[in-house]
Amino acid sequence: MAEISKEQVKHVANLARLEFDDEAVEQMANELSAIIEYAEQLNELDTENVKPTTHVLDLKNVMRKDEPKKWITQEEALKNAPDQKDGQIRVPSILE
Amino acid sequence: MSLFDYTIKELEAKLHNHEITVEDLVKESYEQIKEVDGDVHAFLTLDEEKALEKARELDKREDKSGILFGIPAGIKDNIVTKGLRTTCASQFLDNFTDPLYNATVVDKLDAENPVAVGKLNMDEFAMGSSNENSGYEPTRNPWNTDHVPGGSSGGSAAAVAAGEVLFSLGSDTGGSIRQPAAFCGVVGMKPTYGRVSRFGLVAFASSLDQIGPLTRTVEDNARVLEVIAGHDKMDSTSADVDVPAYTEALTGDVKGLKIAVPKEYLAEGVSEEVKHSVMEALKVYESLGATWEEVSLPHSKYALATYYLLSSSEASANLARFDGVRYGVRSENAENMLDMFVKSRSEGFGDEVKRRIMLGTFALSSGYYDAYYKKAQKVRTLIKNDFDKILEEYDVIVGPTTPTPAFKVGEKTSDPLTMYVNDILTIPVNLAGVPGISIPCGFSEEGLPIGLQIIGNYFDESTVYRAAHAFEQATEHHKKRPQLGGAK
Repeated sequence: MAEISKEQVKHVANLARLEFDDEAVEQMANELSAIIEYAEQLNELDTENVKPTTHVLDLKNVMRKDEPKKWITQEEALKNAPDQKDGQIRVPSILE
Repeated sequence: MSLFDYTIKELEAKLHNHEITVEDLVKESYEQIKEVDGDVHAFLTLDEEKALEKARELDKREDKSGILFGIPAGIKDNIVTKGLRTTCASQFLDNFTDPLYNATVVDKLDAENPVAVGKLNMDEFAMGSSNENSGYEPTRNPWNTDHVPGGSSGGSAAAVAAGEVLFSLGSDTGGSIRQPAAFCGVVGMKPTYGRVSRFGLVAFASSLDQIGPLTRTVEDNARVLEVIAGHDKMDSTSADVDVPAYTEALTGDVKGLKIAVPKEYLAEGVSEEVKHSVMEALKVYESLGATWEEVSLPHSKYALATYYLLSSSEASANLARFDGVRYGVRSENAENMLDMFVKSRSEGFGDEVKRRIMLGTFALSSGYYDAYYKKAQKVRTLIKNDFDKILEEYDVIVGPTTPTPAFKVGEKTSDPLTMYVNDILTIPVNLAGVPGISIPCGFSEEGLPIGLQIIGNYFDESTVYRAAHAFEQATEHHKKRPQLGGAK
């Protein structure tokens, strides 16, 4: 395997909400292929009976009470928004 | 002699005795920044007026008892600071001038009243090992500005090395505190995963990220960690484990300390100069009554591949939040909502960030998840088991922090894999989750610092600090200062 095609790059870019021009697609295909080829050395290891580690500490289902508390105001929440109107964040239209 | 040649503890005493004022310290900090930061580029955002105002306010107080009281500090720019611009060195966040809250570490510092003088440069979103991935002017190494300071906390290490601040906070996902600390000749600690709250640290790889201090001495470092460590209900992955007084562990006594030296950490690829410095360090430990033996961490060679699959996968999910809706720079070229996401991200992110998001999205995508992501999680278990086994028998693991001293600007930018290899000795520590420190242990022929890495058991930062401090006190490496300038 290890060969990532330009088509795959375009597919993954779409999933990641990124876009690349033709030249960058080719470069990305080459770079990702090299990294994945390198990563395939992991297949030298038999991990059939090894449990995956998602987290190094012995923590499970950390719970706390869901208590409402004062955090930020609407005005504050809008402070860093690129565009806003009538106390709400404005975005371009979703439908044409 | 600069005021910053004193330790934090000594300066605290001088403040208590009214020999100096906080304003003196903050002015010293800004004078040095004005003198050298045009070459070093450690800072992205400064607020001199606010810092001086705080200094004068602190000088009026009767009670000067905070343990970092009045000490000038810098904060890595991926740590959120209320009302102080936080960019993660990304053009995407160039306009994020007014964050709404403080990271928990910033609140904890504030309670002791050090003075934050500004925000520190880094590789964009902490992805990189040289600061060359900064979305702004990259930081340079104060020992020689032709060389990189390391990364991703390159600004944090350079600012301390250049005497611009007394301490800084960095973050370490695969070596991002320890590697720049080694390159810049300072002390950098990555605590145990879960030791320090990540609340308000802009997430790169959530199962690996950890905040830690960079300082000139081990004692200073222990003081800062004492302040920022501890359980936080705002971070469900922070551990509810008592925080000992780390400074009390600094006894200078390492008699009987059992040191493991992994043969994989002194193998091919590690330069002779670095090996030599590490062997000399082991002789120092022997002379202090510690013993060392060669051991094996057999899965070390698989750590790099494991790390890039896992960290990039986590990053691809974490960075999905940057969509141009609520904050950040929104593309002006978008015609509809979807186009806005795509264009804002594509215009705002740098090449390395895009590469990691692409790698991570690929590794998590349908049909590849088991082959890459899950496989890497399983290998992570094997790497962790290697550490667990050795740390059952030994107190600490010692080796080099990096295979070579700081490389030249531009030397490794053409091929991502060449750059990645640089972190081969620090990455396994993050995968296992144990604490690790880098301290100065010598200089190359070219006069660049070399770092010694000391790795300890889970939540046993005390032993790591004790071992680091004993070596530091027995040697003179930490007293050497860079002569700023270098061949440009």
